[in-house]
Amino acid sequence: MSLLEIRNLSAHYGDFQALYEVDFHAEQGETVAIIGANGAGKSTFLKSISGVVRVKKEAITFNGEAIGGVRSCDVVCKGVALVPEGRRLFTSLSVEENLLMGAYSQKQAGTWTLETVYELFPRLEERRKQGAGTLSGGEQQMVAVGRALMSNPKLLMFDELSLGLAPKIILHIYETLAKIRALGTTMLLVEQDIRQALNVADRVYCFQEGRVSLQGRPQDLTQDQISRAYFGV
Amino acid sequence: MTGLLDTIIQGILLGGLYGLFAAGLSLAFGVMRLVNVAHGDFIVLGAFLALYVQRVLNLGSPFTTLVILIPVMFVIGYVIQRLILNPTLGDDILRPVLVTFGLSVIVENVLLQAFSADSQKLQGGSLEITSIALPKGLAVGWFPLTMMAVCVAVIAILQFIMYRTKLGRAFRATSDDGMTAGLMGVNSQHLFAIATGITLATVMVAGVFTGIRASFDPNSGPDRLIFAFESVIIGGLGSLWGTLLGGVLLGVAQGIGARLSPDWQILAGHLAFLVVLMVKPSGLFPKRGD
Repeated sequence: MSLLEIRNLSAHYGDFQALYEVDFHAEQGETVAIIGANGAGKSTFLKSISGVVRVKKEAITFNGEAIGGVRSCDVVCKGVALVPEGRRLFTSLSVEENLLMGAYSQKQAGTWTLETVYELFPRLEERRKQGAGTLSGGEQQMVAVGRALMSNPKLLMFDELSLGLAPKIILHIYETLAKIRALGTTMLLVEQDIRQALNVADRVYCFQEGRVSLQGRPQDLTQDQISRAYFGV
Repeated sequence: MTGLLDTIIQGILLGGLYGLFAAGLSLAFGVMRLVNVAHGDFIVLGAFLALYVQRVLNLGSPFTTLVILIPVMFVIGYVIQRLILNPTLGDDILRPVLVTFGLSVIVENVLLQAFSADSQKLQGGSLEITSIALPKGLAVGWFPLTMMAVCVAVIAILQFIMYRTKLGRAFRATSDDGMTAGLMGVNSQHLFAIATGITLATVMVAGVFTGIRASFDPNSGPDRLIFAFESVIIGGLGSLWGTLLGGVLLGVAQGIGARLSPDWQILAGHLAFLVVLMVKPSGLFPKRGD
């Protein structure tokens, strides 16, 4: 059984339909990338899983349990964490308080604690008392990743991880992802940077206008197939 | 000179009462951007509840009623937020204002039904009439002194909750970005209800003090609301200690006004408020980043 199984998922914003009957699955320990142009429904897809966008209950099964339409504050308790687009740190809280907010739903300690997150991102320990709003973009992304880890998720989702970051920092963050992945965490990666996405992913889905237009293992897909699925030409 | 000094001391201590009025309002606004127009009526409700419980249980001091009534008001606040106010919160700040305005009318009329329009007063006993003598013929009453001490304690507790506990961290995070706080597992409906519960607990304390200090009737709420608003805004939105200082400034301004002429008491407070609004629209101690 897949860790995450999605069947026939549709999502709406009022009258506007953002996702059409999407089928998707991710196995335990897998890294799955989702690529696609702006407005293809990638972010909506992640938001549906994390309960920000309401969908049908049976559309999403996680760890054997139907979680579609469950409130976001309950989804995180089931082991799903999202690193949202634009990082969305709590700017009036310190770095450490942001990380602790990540552990808000934790009843008992897991692999990820303040200590292990600081080991992963030593820079954050130096800045732990600093206001999160005063950090550089790269440091903020580290806090966002660390904050999501603090809930000790089984499934970790990233929305536009590399957006607006310098290439050197993107490289550093992706090195970190490799470490997280090595611990067996399943990851979903929405990424504009296709090259980066294809590099790390076991499998890739391409979204186009709210539908899955292509899926497969990166090594099996040709450049031509990808551009066609991406741009629809 | 002694007279002026006395006025200032009394004004500062009166600020303790206004700080108590305003602490809950400041908290509610800071956490959920909720402007509660019924705040003053809840203070008066608190005073009436204390009066009622003191009579029924035949208690010596109205302060004893707080043991029962603080938890009761917390629950009332929790339920009101959960059932009535949560659905009104959103991008539109006007909706909660209208709904709490309705609540204000309801509370006033329920009090009128239950207790009639007669003026009431809580009896503070010896606390009301004893004082400490200071040099130069000055004297400070135990009651205003207690009022200030309790206000400082209440604000210190709120400050502790906000900055030293997991609950407070969630309050501040939700105030920053409610959607993302939800992703962390914060149930904002429940969290806001707790915030209003805490607010009404402070309101209950304020109710007992205002009831001992002066007479009240079912329509006394709006006056209390205005003093609370002015304290919050003078102090700067979102700052609890600022709110206390706002109350003190208001109290001192009223005291000095009253010295000039009794008619000037309330007006001087409003003028001080206007001056602060003109000179520093964000208040004296605005929260950084706001």
